[in-house]
Amino acid sequence: MLNRLLSLARRLLMFAVAGWPGAAPAQEVLPDVLVKSVTLEVIDIIRKDKDIQAGDQKKVIDLIELKVLPHFNFTSMTGLALGANWPKATVEQKKHLTQEFRTLLVRTYASALSAYRDQKFDFLPLRLKPTDTDVNVQVRVVQSGAQPVSIDYSMEKTAVGWKVYDVIVGGVSLVANYRTDFANQVREAGIDGLIKTLVAKNRSNASSARAEKK
Amino acid sequence: MANAATGGFIARARLLLAALAVALASGCATNGTDARDPIEGFNRAMYGFNEGFDEAIGKPVATAYRDVLPTFVRTGVRNFFANIDDLFIGVNNLLQGKPGDAVGDFARLAFNTTIGILGLIDVASDIGLEKHNEDFGQTFGRWGAGDGPYIVWPLFGSSTVRDSIGSVLDVHFDPVLNHRPVDVRNLMFVTRATGKRADLLDASRVLEEAALDKYVFQRDAYLQRRRSLIYDGNPPREERSLRGEREPQAELAPAERSEAANDPVAAAPAITGADNAQPPAQPR
Repeated sequence: MLNRLLSLARRLLMFAVAGWPGAAPAQEVLPDVLVKSVTLEVIDIIRKDKDIQAGDQKKVIDLIELKVLPHFNFTSMTGLALGANWPKATVEQKKHLTQEFRTLLVRTYASALSAYRDQKFDFLPLRLKPTDTDVNVQVRVVQSGAQPVSIDYSMEKTAVGWKVYDVIVGGVSLVANYRTDFANQVREAGIDGLIKTLVAKNRSNASSARAEKK
Repeated sequence: MANAATGGFIARARLLLAALAVALASGCATNGTDARDPIEGFNRAMYGFNEGFDEAIGKPVATAYRDVLPTFVRTGVRNFFANIDDLFIGVNNLLQGKPGDAVGDFARLAFNTTIGILGLIDVASDIGLEKHNEDFGQTFGRWGAGDGPYIVWPLFGSSTVRDSIGSVLDVHFDPVLNHRPVDVRNLMFVTRATGKRADLLDASRVLEEAALDKYVFQRDAYLQRRRSLIYDGNPPREERSLRGEREPQAELAPAERSEAANDPVAAAPAITGADNAQPPAQPR
């Protein structure tokens, strides 16, 4: 009973927070249409931008912040990555965790995007029922001499449109992959320990990016 | 000049030995807590050794390969070896009861070897014959074998007991390793390994940035990836769905997972189509 109440409360909380980055006016945009238009737009910008091709990470991050992030629900992602430890975190800790995890993912995403070289994208059509609130939008990256790489976006319907809560690359769920990593950190040093590790990780990522640029 | 090169090599060899020593010393200190990874201490030692080898030899050689050779040459090398692989990918698809896919693999081999000039050009993909990813480890998985404990082998890297047995067969039948004369075989082997490492340079940089504990991150990614490959990209939805696991009884999830992984036959009905997907588990 208590479990049930807790999870209900959490769902309500998630639902309320989900709309937070809510810059997207696109309430009626279908999830697969959204993924396709955002992907093509971002790829087009990367293709034309000389600075990004020369390795300007800052510019890639700005691009992600502007075009991609409004469609992600980082609170959901962080909650899922924390799993059983999430309900144990205080409101303050949750905020801090979400913020640091977001920074980490944006950096990683930027790094992955800057590796982009003219691969072709194949957007698989989604059979969406009106009652669906949780879907996987499938994209495949076609490359020569290798099996296409699948990128699935797990998306949930919120009051302010469809939001991504997990990215599954080649069958590897990003959020699930952080589960053990995070759980180990929490077991060893508590939730504050995990926050500290994330902060340190983000700092070292930022400084190595600066070093690379020189 | 020659001296400098020799010096560099010795320095690298020394680095490698140091890495092995450190890895073995530190490996014993860790005790595994993950049911999927009972020999974590040994695995971490091997992982450390492999990292040292990669830093000293793998990454520098792969980086040079990427920077020196033009893209079309590297694509040609990748296609050439990928074409050879298609033979046993087809065999494994037959063993897994997917004759349709197998026909596609053999057709790829036929087109690419002839029109594609010994496989250098992947014409088959251009005409819509999709490349597959199969090996004996996946075939055993398809037949119902569970992962077994996770193992990190020196130089070969991540595996499981099931995949290790599969790899023995992969190596046994590998047309490249069976090629004679030995000189040519060795050259092909090294070229293939270098090309594969070069293709992973970007991915390894991302891993470096993304993971808090690289060992754990890579292990979980390997296990997730293999599971996905066994089911050809469509593992049973309730396994993959994080929604249910978010509920308070999340501690139960690993046990459920290993049970289902050991019994893909029981889980099979869920993979017949996306429409059939289980709704997210309800809070009990």
